[in-house]
Amino acid sequence: MNHDYQKDISGCGLTGLISRKRRRIGGADIVKSLCLMTDRGNGLGAGYAAYGIYPEFKDFYAFHIMFDEPSVRWTLEEYLKNNYHIEKIEEIPTSPVKAIPIAPLLVRYFVTPLKDKMAGDIQEADFVVNTVMKVNSEIEGAYIFSSGKNMGAFKGVGNPRDIAEFFRIEEYEGWTWTAHTRFPTNTPGWWGGAHPFTLLDWSIVHNGEISSYGINKRYLEMFGYKLTLLTDTEVAAYMLDLLIRRQGLDIPSACLVLAAPFWKKIDSLPEGEREALTALRQTYGSALLNGPFSILFGHSKGLVGINDRIKLRPLVAATKDDVTYMASEESAIRAICPAPDKVWAPRAGDPVIVNLED
Amino acid sequence: MFKSLAPPEYLATIDREKCIRCKRCIQNCGWGVYSWGGDKVLINTSKCVKCLRCYHYCPEEAIEIVDNPTRFKQNAYWGYNHLRNIKRQAETGGIPLTGMGSDLPYTILFDSLLIDACQVTNPSIDPLREPMELRTYLGKKPSSVEFEKGRDGKLKLKTKMPPQLKLSLPIIFSPMSFGSISLNAQKVLAMAAKECGILMNTGEGGLHEDLFPYRDNIIVQVASGRFGVNPDYLNAGVAVEIKIGQGAKPGIGGHLPGEKIPLEVARARMIPVGTDAISPAPQHDIYSIEDLRQLIYAIKEATNYKPVSVKIAAVHNVAAIASGIVRAGADIVYLDGFRGGTGAAPSIIRDHLGIPIEHAIAAVDDRLRQEGIRNEASIIAAGGIRSSADAAKAIALGADAVAIATAALITMGCTTCGKCYTGNCSWGITTQRPELTARLDPEVYAERLINLIHAWEHELKEILGALGINAIESLRGNRERLRGVGLDTQILDILGVKPAGR
Repeated sequence: MNHDYQKDISGCGLTGLISRKRRRIGGADIVKSLCLMTDRGNGLGAGYAAYGIYPEFKDFYAFHIMFDEPSVRWTLEEYLKNNYHIEKIEEIPTSPVKAIPIAPLLVRYFVTPLKDKMAGDIQEADFVVNTVMKVNSEIEGAYIFSSGKNMGAFKGVGNPRDIAEFFRIEEYEGWTWTAHTRFPTNTPGWWGGAHPFTLLDWSIVHNGEISSYGINKRYLEMFGYKLTLLTDTEVAAYMLDLLIRRQGLDIPSACLVLAAPFWKKIDSLPEGEREALTALRQTYGSALLNGPFSILFGHSKGLVGINDRIKLRPLVAATKDDVTYMASEESAIRAICPAPDKVWAPRAGDPVIVNLED
Repeated sequence: MFKSLAPPEYLATIDREKCIRCKRCIQNCGWGVYSWGGDKVLINTSKCVKCLRCYHYCPEEAIEIVDNPTRFKQNAYWGYNHLRNIKRQAETGGIPLTGMGSDLPYTILFDSLLIDACQVTNPSIDPLREPMELRTYLGKKPSSVEFEKGRDGKLKLKTKMPPQLKLSLPIIFSPMSFGSISLNAQKVLAMAAKECGILMNTGEGGLHEDLFPYRDNIIVQVASGRFGVNPDYLNAGVAVEIKIGQGAKPGIGGHLPGEKIPLEVARARMIPVGTDAISPAPQHDIYSIEDLRQLIYAIKEATNYKPVSVKIAAVHNVAAIASGIVRAGADIVYLDGFRGGTGAAPSIIRDHLGIPIEHAIAAVDDRLRQEGIRNEASIIAAGGIRSSADAAKAIALGADAVAIATAALITMGCTTCGKCYTGNCSWGITTQRPELTARLDPEVYAERLINLIHAWEHELKEILGALGINAIESLRGNRERLRGVGLDTQILDILGVKPAGR
């Protein structure tokens, strides 16, 4: 277990929206919302994630991969071909942007695991997670930054406007969007360090600094996660993967782990609930994300917004018809939805959970 | 009589001008330093241990205890203690005994670790205005929990949780037996434990009936002498501890001399009055890890599955041993570092065997995580916790809670003179002499101990607040928030801590 790592710290702005009715919304809205919060970023990282953008390949894992060196691509593809059926390979479409003179090679692969490579009774999702862990920690210069189905992350070093133009975000249509602008306080200037951070269908944008990072990281390592990015966001993403996908907690319970209620509140609950929440805190103490954060996490069935347990970072939510908006600032919502039906500031630790209709 | 060639360590002196001949010094000294000479107090300074009881009780401040300026010739290699011990051994042929933890100048890693604090990028939290949680549960935790939705739509627990010991802060009192310390001293611990919502530990000396009302705050101990052990005793507390070893004397047993075994102690231990109470070096039904497993489960069967703690001394291979203990079914692993205190130990053992607790916590926590079994048991760290900062550092290294004994005794008057094994403690702590134990009023000193625990509680909250976290579980094992100063790469690697500046 390596302890001598340099943790990446940043402040940020985030925004997200979801159409419960799975109405696909163009990328222009989310770009406009994010670009309003210029003070929240310093041009050293921005990104977008969208769900429902690849309907024609919805049954395939969409691997978005960045290569620091074009030559690494062949090593990676060799590995992929040995383990996956590859339906399609294409470079991620980009436009030249003046402010982004240098970019890594960006390629997307629509793949499905080869059945005979999945040894024993390993689940398909675990197989994909293992691939992501292996590539990101062992194949130097290659980095899988998106690995879900019918969704994708687009991110890099630059301001929100430039990154949007570069990735031609406005050309995509999705029913869930999240976006993030960064204010890193020590930057490796690396594209992989931008948000959203994703694993399988999970995507996370995060504002804050998780003061419990050290124990959260060690807790995840106990379950085989390799934390290569050394960001708080990575911790949040893997924690959700562990709690929800691997250990079967539902989303509200997982939120009770990440932003656990205070003992004082738990003690005052009726017996059954008290017992349940006490056990949850006893068991998952090391998974509590302590310190300031607001997080939006998207998944294939919805979008969740959550704050730390004493609300040390802003989060505002609003609804208009079938769309729910969540952002660091109300202005970022009103920029694209001037007259919402309802606007509110979620209370500390109380998640806003929006599920897509089937 | 032959005069010892080991010169007195201290000189007790009385300012004859100030002395009013009230004889309080004679009354208070448990060592027989002072006696009445008809017109003045006589002094036998060779008996003085510098416990300062006389100094505190002299109404005229006439007493001064100074380190004997007459010393052996200064020698950086042949130290004072070497010469002194050799001379004493030459005179007696025995093993010099000692009390308390080792006072030799080995590196103190706690003093080379500094704690982080928040500035700008994450806010610090004010514990006077925001909730700050220190509550700790000791015991086995499942790796995940399952719920079902109750009829009311609320969460309902499906997983059966193993038994947990609830602490309102992550500090407990280390085991100290009735016999090694007085009943009044044990009462102080019990009363403070109850008031503070924490636990005391009987040590290996049975349980006196005066402590029965404190059963919700007591861990009972089973050690190699099996003193006082019967089914009622095992069920008399909230948990049972199997003592394999002690940090101050790893690998050796215990010896409570018959002089310290009056009727009350004899009854609690279930042995005859005045006989030496000898705890063998090993437990003679535990010669292997599989034997330990049998005892753990025998105790669980006898107690309807109360949590079982296994206490070991921190020795070189502590990580592997702890892993075995966890796999043998223990709910708690109690690690006692070599600085840990003792009522009586050969000084050669105390000062030269074992390893520091800081290394042991790091090694054990790492190993249990590598093996994916860290949730299977809680870790209690003990052996020289001097302050809430030491406690915070131990917890950040990976302990669930710390245990304190010396610090608790200091609140009762102890000055760490290290002569606990003589049974003459003038403060009434490590003695069974009724005229001495009577002076330790449990209610008065319980209040002092409660004050100490509350003070440390406030300090821990301030530390958490500075760290920007509001629950102790976010400090536990969070070595990212520690930095080493002046430690070499290898020690940093063992501790899993970065050097300051990184």
